[in-house]
Amino acid sequence: MLRSNPRLKLMTVSSLILIVLSMYMVLIYAPREVIMGEIQRIFYYHVSSGWIAALAFLVTLITSIMFLATQNERHDHIAISSAEIGVIFTTMNIVSGSVWARPVWNTWWTWDPRLTTATIMWLLYIAYLFLHAGLEDHDRRRHITAVYGIVAFISVPLTFMAIRIWRTIHPVVIGSADPDAEGQFDMTARMTTTLLFTVSTFTVLYFTILWHRVRIQSLFEYMSKLQHQMYND
Amino acid sequence: MMNSPVITMKSPMYNNDKHPTTGQYWRTVKTIIWKDLSIEMRKKTLISALFIFSVMVTLVFTFALDLDKSTKDNVSVGVLWVTFVFSSTLGLNQTFANEKKHGSLEGMLLAPIDHTAIFVGKFISTYIFVIIIEIIIIPMFYFFYGISLFSPLFLLIVLLGSFGYTLVGTLLTSIAIRTQVREIMLPILLFPVSMPIIIASVQCSNAILSGANWGQFSNAFNLVIVYDIIFIGVAIMTFEYLIQE
Repeated sequence: MLRSNPRLKLMTVSSLILIVLSMYMVLIYAPREVIMGEIQRIFYYHVSSGWIAALAFLVTLITSIMFLATQNERHDHIAISSAEIGVIFTTMNIVSGSVWARPVWNTWWTWDPRLTTATIMWLLYIAYLFLHAGLEDHDRRRHITAVYGIVAFISVPLTFMAIRIWRTIHPVVIGSADPDAEGQFDMTARMTTTLLFTVSTFTVLYFTILWHRVRIQSLFEYMSKLQHQMYND
Repeated sequence: MMNSPVITMKSPMYNNDKHPTTGQYWRTVKTIIWKDLSIEMRKKTLISALFIFSVMVTLVFTFALDLDKSTKDNVSVGVLWVTFVFSSTLGLNQTFANEKKHGSLEGMLLAPIDHTAIFVGKFISTYIFVIIIEIIIIPMFYFFYGISLFSPLFLLIVLLGSFGYTLVGTLLTSIAIRTQVREIMLPILLFPVSMPIIIASVQCSNAILSGANWGQFSNAFNLVIVYDIIFIGVAIMTFEYLIQE
């Protein structure tokens, strides 16, 4: 039923090339930051993975609502796949932030509003994946996970806004900064170019992984339908 | 002209109209609340178990933290909210477990009533149990920790905070009972969703009890109210999808 798709192959290869290019941009093209030094280069991947996490959860929200409205299975496949990718990228975001914070804030972790809300978001979507795994009946599972996907999304804008509404030590590089923030810096033109490039690379990578993952999900559901038929005959 | 008698089925509660009137809706809600309360008044298992449980949790915290006077003042509000959260979670697990027995949930779903009325009824009856538990816990805290908790603003934040927690809890319990590991699934689903309201309630309670002025906790207070309002909307809109077979 699912043959290999030339367009998907093209996307896979191009995201591979883009990643190599973005590594060059981040490690060589971008200038060294004066105060923080080389560690600042983590920033590009940190922001990109955070952006992909938010995008992935937004896709989960939209497809969950669309599933409840249209009852089309395909939307459910996209929702679960996107949530899974979102959890991976949130993990990358948290780990890279932690590695950066060790030299700059002199601690791996602090209960700052931004870090707290990001942790809550991460836990929420892990719970979403648990819920998906814990429900056996497919039809019922789709409705229930769709509702939880909507409920969980409330944490995403909260995480995004956390560094903008509360007093926090997390830097706001894009937009106005809090005077309390530590590790603040101004971006040069080359830095902006590098950031935009890595964000676009990650976006392409996200859609490539999503496509692969949705195919796996459809195959999986097809397989369990066949299994169901086999036992009922 | 033939005037054949037409027999129409009319339920005592409803017209065969699809949309019940407000009066009918609240009568259904009241019936469900009354059912839960009268079961509890006869069995008395839930309240007594929760009472023992909350005494235990309070004592375990007292021993585990080995509290002296200064630590006590700092952590007692946090411990109080943890006790609320733990006992409400147990209570939530129990209220829907009763409905699973003897297929009574299916019975309610088959009845010609608006499904959100089931949600509202279950929510209010659970909220009543939670308030009863809080009425027991608060004097107990006064007794063990020696902090005065009887300020009206503090009691208001306890009511608003547990309102939001129970609301989300009722919604998520109706999800958790569908899974195979339902007692474990409820906290996994509920704790992260309710984290914002718990954090905000603890901040508010601490500020109120240490005599801070309104400006210092208005943000957290507003967050509690916003959370309550958002989840009233989310619960009413989504419950229909959760409950249908």
